[in-house]
Amino acid sequence: MASKRKPKLAVWKFASCDGCQLSLLDCEDELLSLVDAIEIAYFPEASRAMVKGPYDLSLVEGSITTPHDAERIHRIRRASKTLVTIGACATAGGIQALRNFKDVKEFVSIVYATPAYIETLNKSTPIADHVFVDFELRGCPINKSQLLEVISALLHGRKPNTPPHSVCIECKRRGVVCVMVAHGTPCLGPVTHAGCNALCPSYHRGCYGCFGPMETPNTNSLSAWWSRLGVGEADLVRVFRGFNAYAEPFRKESEAHEV
Amino acid sequence: MKSKTIKVDYLARVEGEGSLMIKLKGDQVVDVKLKIFEPPRFFEAFLRGRHYSEAPDITARICGICPIAYQMSAVHAMEHACGVVIDGPLRALRRLIYCGEWIESHTLHIYMLHAPDFLGYADVMQMAKDYPDHVRRGLQLKKIGNEIVRLIGGREIHPINVRVGGFYRVPTKHDLAPLAEQLKWAREAALETVRWTAQFPFPEFDADYEFVALRHPDEYPLNQGRLVSNKGLDVAVEEFDQHFVEHHVAYSNALHSTLKERGAYLVGPLARYNINFDKLSPIAQQAAREAGLGPSCRNPFRSIIVRSVETLYACDEALRLIEAYQMPDQPAVAIEPRAATGYGCTEAPRGILYHRYRLDDQGTILDAKIVPPTSQNQKMIEQDLWRLVPELMSFSDEKITWQCEQAIRNYDPCISCATHFLKLHIERE
Repeated sequence: MASKRKPKLAVWKFASCDGCQLSLLDCEDELLSLVDAIEIAYFPEASRAMVKGPYDLSLVEGSITTPHDAERIHRIRRASKTLVTIGACATAGGIQALRNFKDVKEFVSIVYATPAYIETLNKSTPIADHVFVDFELRGCPINKSQLLEVISALLHGRKPNTPPHSVCIECKRRGVVCVMVAHGTPCLGPVTHAGCNALCPSYHRGCYGCFGPMETPNTNSLSAWWSRLGVGEADLVRVFRGFNAYAEPFRKESEAHEV
Repeated sequence: MKSKTIKVDYLARVEGEGSLMIKLKGDQVVDVKLKIFEPPRFFEAFLRGRHYSEAPDITARICGICPIAYQMSAVHAMEHACGVVIDGPLRALRRLIYCGEWIESHTLHIYMLHAPDFLGYADVMQMAKDYPDHVRRGLQLKKIGNEIVRLIGGREIHPINVRVGGFYRVPTKHDLAPLAEQLKWAREAALETVRWTAQFPFPEFDADYEFVALRHPDEYPLNQGRLVSNKGLDVAVEEFDQHFVEHHVAYSNALHSTLKERGAYLVGPLARYNINFDKLSPIAQQAAREAGLGPSCRNPFRSIIVRSVETLYACDEALRLIEAYQMPDQPAVAIEPRAATGYGCTEAPRGILYHRYRLDDQGTILDAKIVPPTSQNQKMIEQDLWRLVPELMSFSDEKITWQCEQAIRNYDPCISCATHFLKLHIERE
């Protein structure tokens, strides 16, 4: 059989912690086979070799927070056949979207002695607010098995299997005791997108929503449950304003509890 | 006179986004700028108003490579504010998870980010074609570091099990047992790593650095100690702000930290090693000596050997901690917040990481200060380049550029952390 051209993979970074792209290097068992199957054409965290596009698959990490980055994402989209966002920053604006609820000028002046040196946008926004995104992989950080599934699926032209149900379903499947029912520990599991395999409840703590909202979450009902457990309004605002604060269902729920 | 500029628009194989610009006039270096264009994320601003208990989860998000370092500095600072000292098995467990991060982060840097420079490859993927067994060994070693973090912390990146006061759930002695078997292999692999890196070609490049690291009376420093330098600094962590100052320079989103009295200083493996050689375990000391390192090493290019020695130490120490481990009665001690200021400083793989928080009596964060290792090393990286470039003048721009990149990678700079860090431009008129 004639050898086929290897698909070209590019990994891009915007405002982020580098954790989601690091997930690729954390695939210790799979990395060498992956490199056999695809050409890592652009991945500055791992390689000083930078091959020009177009790229078959672009993985985008991080959110848009500067005028320069708002331009750069369009160039990346034009050079990419398929574009996938990886992680809460690229998919929902990330933890740095906490600025979206405040005056960014005040934030700059708190951190920097000379605010005039800093160029930043008022809001931290997800990639899909700027360009068409083919697929969004959730998580802060993403789950590396899901990342391998997405790469594999897209390279074979099928839909990735990353179910949109809640963390609750994962908990039930693992047989983890419900921390909210059994211990009265407030948990975001009922409204949070699956993908972590119910990690926090398995460590005896409530889910803090790092995979963002599930499909059609009933955040209002969950807030009522948390209130019954003694959680105050100000705390509810903070709970929904975490690593996916700017994802619409979490943003709206947090605003509903603002006083 | 002939001038030129050497530019590296996007520095590779470091974490985060930065660039380097060097201007030359004839044989003279006239400007070196390490630019960090990683966008600011404002952690210190949005920590205000959050609950003290959220700090370990939030600050972990500053960095995907060393989240444990952020979590450890945060929990120590919060416990300091609340007047709690964690001792016994909980303290040992924190040291163990930190060993996991050192193994994972150091091995990533040694095999995947730095070794390709010495052997002349663009990346580890290319290096793997000629060094498949070495790369497999590195990946396996890194995996074991990650497994420690995963077992105790829940996952490798942004672990969920660390909390102020201890952990949410603690492992049983039985849970840790499989790690011990893997660590015995890892200790041998780390020893081989020291021997391997010791053979790399190193340029003669020594300097009289001021090294700053934690120093603890009984152990090689991870979580605790006094801030000590080889030039007379010896202060408690609470006194950090009196001796270190951050500067905001126009060309970088990362602040530059200097010592008030003396300017630039160096943190990280080289600093820890020079200040704490006597606290390394016998096996690590012996491996260092066999690799040709004395108790002091002042060549930043040899930091890859020092990092390998520290990896060996971390494997050895993790094994010791697992063998001595007794499961604590409670996963965490109770915390009563009070209006106070707390200080914490721990040894991230890249060097000291300082946190300071002021809390009100409800445990709400009033203000926060975080000084990551890369901010502290930035000025020293620039100074290394000022000294290095004149020695490289006879080479092609491509070779000068690669050598400069390598000099920067000596520091394993974490640019995402530093924003609050690189492209290379060499400019010759």
